[in-house]
Amino acid sequence: MTLQQVKDILKAEVLVGNDQMGRVVTSGFGCDLMSDVLAFAPPGALLLTGITNAQVVRAAQMVDAAAVVFVRGKRPLPTEPVLEMAKDIRLPLLTTRYLLYDSCGLLYCAGLKGCTEDGGRQGAE
Amino acid sequence: MDFVSAGDAAAKVKKTLIQVGMPDGVVRRAAIATYEAEMNIVIHAREGAIKASITSDQVEIVATDVGPGITDISLAMQEGYSTAPPHIREMGFGAGMGLPNIKRCADELDIQSEVGKGTQVRIIIKRSGEGQ
Repeated sequence: MTLQQVKDILKAEVLVGNDQMGRVVTSGFGCDLMSDVLAFAPPGALLLTGITNAQVVRAAQMVDAAAVVFVRGKRPLPTEPVLEMAKDIRLPLLTTRYLLYDSCGLLYCAGLKGCTEDGGRQGAE
Repeated sequence: MDFVSAGDAAAKVKKTLIQVGMPDGVVRRAAIATYEAEMNIVIHAREGAIKASITSDQVEIVATDVGPGITDISLAMQEGYSTAPPHIREMGFGAGMGLPNIKRCADELDIQSEVGKGTQVRIIIKRSGEGQ
């Protein structure tokens, strides 16, 4: 799935990386705990979170996440250099009004798999 | 505590490992382990330093801090155990995954700590290693 598709499905606004909407995301990971991101998110994942501080960018950078979507209409505080940090490492940031569960559900139904070994599909078929 | 610039050291380590041509898996494991060690220093210690030594076959990360130390290392190694304050948890950390995450990434891990003085965490990540 491309970021353009993610943007369309979530009716999202692009905060950083308008020129990178062709980037492919290989899985989705919804989480507000950055240590869990570090433990479980594979490279190329789309990180969906309600946390908007600088450490989200750092955690995404460490696990080679493809992009970050802020849910619940959240966006970084202007007092924190989050957007600048993301621009520096070319990490796309988006924001959507959908809640975390809704966002993940919409993307999953559109074909974006999860990060568990079976893609989160066990028992769902 | 400078929560905004936390992660700068890990970012530098990651960038350097990419520049010297380390395999992606080694870069990822070293970056995650360094970042968790760095966050532990920022969250818990008064001051600290991270030193990375890179050779052709391994990466060694040594994180040394002056701080409260760890009372029970085996307890701190358990997932879910944390002494981080609430305001750290609200920022997405302090879930008790730091040291377990480091262990998961490391081929060798040694923790020396003295209560009231500080902690040294030594992490080895081998090019041929099997860590996640």
